[in-house]
Amino acid sequence: MIEAEVALTLGTLDLEASMRAGSNETVVLVGPNGAGKTTMLRLLAGLLPLERGRVVVDHEVLEDTSAGIRVNTESRRIGFVFQDYLLFKHLSALDNVAFGLRAQGRGRAEARGRAQEWLERVGLGDEATTRPSALSGGQAQRVALARALATDPRVLLLDEPLAALDATARASVRRDLIAHLRSFEGMRVVVTHDPVEAVALGDRLVVLEDGGVIQEGTAEELRERPRSAYVAELFGSNMWRGVADAGVVTLESGAELLAPGVPTGTVLVSVHPRAVALYAQRPEGSPRNVWPGVVAAIEPSGEVLRVRIEGRIPVIALVTRAARDELQLVEGRAVWAAVKATEISVYPA
Amino acid sequence: MRAVPRADRRPPPSVLALAVVCALFLFLPLVGLLLRAPWASLLSELTRPAIQDTLWLSLRTSLAATALAVLFGLPLALALARVEFPGRSFVRALALLPLVLPPVVGGVALILVLGRLGIVGSALESLFGVRLFGTTAGVVIAETFVALPFLVLTLEAALRAMDTRYEEAAMTLGARPWTVLRRVTLPAILPALGAGTVLAWARALGEFGATITFAGNLPGETQTIPLAVFVELQRGLDGAIALSLVLVAVSLAVIVAMRDHLVSSPS
Repeated sequence: MIEAEVALTLGTLDLEASMRAGSNETVVLVGPNGAGKTTMLRLLAGLLPLERGRVVVDHEVLEDTSAGIRVNTESRRIGFVFQDYLLFKHLSALDNVAFGLRAQGRGRAEARGRAQEWLERVGLGDEATTRPSALSGGQAQRVALARALATDPRVLLLDEPLAALDATARASVRRDLIAHLRSFEGMRVVVTHDPVEAVALGDRLVVLEDGGVIQEGTAEELRERPRSAYVAELFGSNMWRGVADAGVVTLESGAELLAPGVPTGTVLVSVHPRAVALYAQRPEGSPRNVWPGVVAAIEPSGEVLRVRIEGRIPVIALVTRAARDELQLVEGRAVWAAVKATEISVYPA
Repeated sequence: MRAVPRADRRPPPSVLALAVVCALFLFLPLVGLLLRAPWASLLSELTRPAIQDTLWLSLRTSLAATALAVLFGLPLALALARVEFPGRSFVRALALLPLVLPPVVGGVALILVLGRLGIVGSALESLFGVRLFGTTAGVVIAETFVALPFLVLTLEAALRAMDTRYEEAAMTLGARPWTVLRRVTLPAILPALGAGTVLAWARALGEFGATITFAGNLPGETQTIPLAVFVELQRGLDGAIALSLVLVAVSLAVIVAMRDHLVSSPS
């Protein structure tokens, strides 16, 4: 178990966050650029000193500003896979992986033998003598992973592990990465800004915005009840802020949504884009939440289309291509959006 | 990269004429030296015992000075590049001093500190019986003094340009500071270390002013090649030219070896 409470001011970033990761758990730190994700990893690894706070791994205090404790990076046993991998250019793939073992004082032959095993484990047994400059992006990523794992760390930190790869390589490298993360039994903390990666890699997600933890939970929890516009956007959800009273939520724009049986007070309202129905004319009958809008953008999203609608309640709807043709959806077209009251999720802000 | 057609950026002809004069000014002395060289007697000039002593002394002292410059210049470059301390820019300027200071003034300054009556010099002599003033060791000290800036400047620039995250990566792999220095930092700045070392050696080999002031001009003991050139000139041209050619050959070799470092031409 790694537990961290950190505070640090660095340039425009004012980081004050706490997080933890259990053994055999992958925690994904997500957040927009500049939110402090990489800084958080660097603090955990001891590459930056804490201003205030503490970092504890398996009951061993690695850093505690109030007690004046600070364990150096090289003694923390925290593996770090950097965004651009940082393989030592003057060393072969094998010697890169053997580096940590040699630094731990193991003999040359033993270190190289174990490094070779690690290279084979990541499927690069034949690339032992290759220089980093001759490796592909995906191969370099695997060497970096093997290099970090070979030192037998208690915690593995990965900073945007797939960001440096092109789109074609990413899917297969991601699959391999998931397998390797599963087989590593320590704590894993991964930083990413890619929602697909976050969901694929993470057992639990921690959302960092502006130096603070906005929300944490499983991908499912975050999708259903996003607590910020960023989280809603990340998972393609709709989220509004409002005040609930007697089954009516009054949004900040003044528009009202009906949601029976909701708590009273300041709330967040979320609706899955799939639950938003579009009509050319004002629909009659069951859905009681109906409002007009104008199509602002249409983007393909897999088999379906994401339709962004501007109006008193800006909303994103998922529609099929057939529905688009039937409704003749184009940018600028006036439409009606409808959501059943039972599809609306309301929770305290 | 493929040449892209572009507007003629050539300076006006009168400026080009001055450029030609400048190039000739740099080139002609070398030609003069080569034309006037006693090629027939060159070998016998250089194998004269006195000259042999001079060549051997110069080689030994310049190599020793280079070694000292590396041994102390690298730590200083590391401190300047990686440690924030009050007065850092002052120390950096100080490291530049021997580059701009007239060598003869450097020699006088060395006398005042390391000479027989100098603060450090007198202590060295009374405590260890080591005398620097007027000795071969003094030659090494004078040469080290003038050669140091070349190493410190080159290394500090390389250390600042280097991506320090590689050192951080090594730390996360459990490497202690010595291991990081030896296995990550030094390999990364190796080209600069090579360039700085060669430049420092060339400077040490050619050192005149500080050497003659601090160490004197004793044949076989402190008379290095540049000093011998000066002395030979009083006797006749041949010896001076022969010794000069040795230094010219070394200089050309250094320029050829260092051309990628010293001159970067657009490709």
